[in-house]
Amino acid sequence: MILESRVIVHTAHLSLILQRLSEELLERHPGFHNTVLIGLQPRGVYFLNRLAMVLQARLAVLSNDQSFSSGGSLSESETHGRLSMPAQGALDVTFYRDDFRHRSEPLSAHTTQLPFSLEGKKVILVDDVLFTGRTIRAGLDALLDFGRPDRVEFMVLVSRRLRQEFPIHPDYCGIEVNTHDDERVRVCWDEPEGAHITLIKTTG
Amino acid sequence: MKALAQANLISIRDLSAEEIDLIFTTADHFKEVINRPIKKVPSLRDTTIANLFFESSTRTKLSFELAEKRLSADVVNFSASGSSVSKGETLVDTVRNILAMKVDMVVMRHPDAGACQFLARNISCPIVNAGDGAHEHPTQALLDAFSIRENMGTVQGKRVAIFGDILHSRVALSNIFCLKALGAEVMLCGPATLMPRGIEELGLYVTNHVREALEWCDVANVLRIQLERQETRYFPSLREYTREFGINRKLLDEIKKEIVIMHPGPINRGVELSSDVADSGRSIILQQVENGVAIRMAVLYLLSTRPQQID
Repeated sequence: MILESRVIVHTAHLSLILQRLSEELLERHPGFHNTVLIGLQPRGVYFLNRLAMVLQARLAVLSNDQSFSSGGSLSESETHGRLSMPAQGALDVTFYRDDFRHRSEPLSAHTTQLPFSLEGKKVILVDDVLFTGRTIRAGLDALLDFGRPDRVEFMVLVSRRLRQEFPIHPDYCGIEVNTHDDERVRVCWDEPEGAHITLIKTTG
Repeated sequence: MKALAQANLISIRDLSAEEIDLIFTTADHFKEVINRPIKKVPSLRDTTIANLFFESSTRTKLSFELAEKRLSADVVNFSASGSSVSKGETLVDTVRNILAMKVDMVVMRHPDAGACQFLARNISCPIVNAGDGAHEHPTQALLDAFSIRENMGTVQGKRVAIFGDILHSRVALSNIFCLKALGAEVMLCGPATLMPRGIEELGLYVTNHVREALEWCDVANVLRIQLERQETRYFPSLREYTREFGINRKLLDEIKKEIVIMHPGPINRGVELSSDVADSGRSIILQQVENGVAIRMAVLYLLSTRPQQID
């Protein structure tokens, strides 16, 4: 039963976070050479879709930036391809979970869409909330069944401290929050542009 | 509605249309899995499944075994020949002994109708019926309906004709229940001697004319003529059967409409189905076999993940 529901990150704040995350991606992956973004189904994909919108808008600004496209501090090879988006995919981890028998409700699977090879790629796995770490653990297993990426990074919008059950930490983190076991964090992508993050207190 | 209500899959009649749909959507995902470079997921790595085949089978047994292995389950196989069954052990004793070795699930084929039902009353682990006598073969019906759905978008409102030996066919009976549950229209076509008396009371059409059935249907599911039952003389000769009830290219060309051809295998080429039809683009026989693995994965997965199992 829901006792209390409180918005912890409002739309304006969330859009700043998305902008920062896309800047971090641009900074660490110049040109997105051999880089792919893979969202974990289902909610990581919602997050990735929104992030891709922000990233695309940012790339459009950069492509109009004279100093950026001619000269500037970046060499030709670094700017080459910078203006194109990295490929995106969706990964379903349902059949890789180790906790499917411990849930009160069975999980339903979603579609996996990886329309590219993972060989030699830099993969950034994207999910909305990091809690126990079991989803991303299953995600790594699922990912490696599709090939051998060069490296794997992990981006999360919300990292819930205090309750991680695996030694897993995100490479990119939108916001860290302190939560209790009886609380849930839900990211709501309800409006076409806006979104917010809610902290929900429940019983049991 | 995200879980199966029953702990076993013994009869299609135990499944609601909603549950069949759940099996289908789960099978969609497993079909994607078995087409990956690594065709395997670790879901059932903590589960041991015993395949008990008290009657010979090639395709169904292989299909179940592959489904189990692609879910990472441990598999033990048992076949009646050369086992303690020939020493007079009862079915329940045989299965209890196997379960004592910590087996979590049973897939069983048995020559007697109702064997799975009987076993379910005596043991507590989930049972999947892989064919019991002339009674039911639920996973075959599910994969047939799944293949129709895949080719025609839906099963609802489609006209499906089942040809051949209806009397001895568990595939026919399970198919009838499954198709009716999903809202398809069903017609049976075969010699009067191989048509169970009163079968039309299930709400379907019955005919003895192949052409009539072909003209009516969207999908033709052609059953195997069981040559091993020929001593009883349900029809004068195989040649006569082929002439009256065999489906061939000439007949299909005369119908002038596209019919999807299905067959649960093994085919008697040139008896119930001519080779050119079996190998034609209209035939989805091999697609059925592929779907069989995905459907069985879905059934095993859903039975083993029922939340009631939590202790």
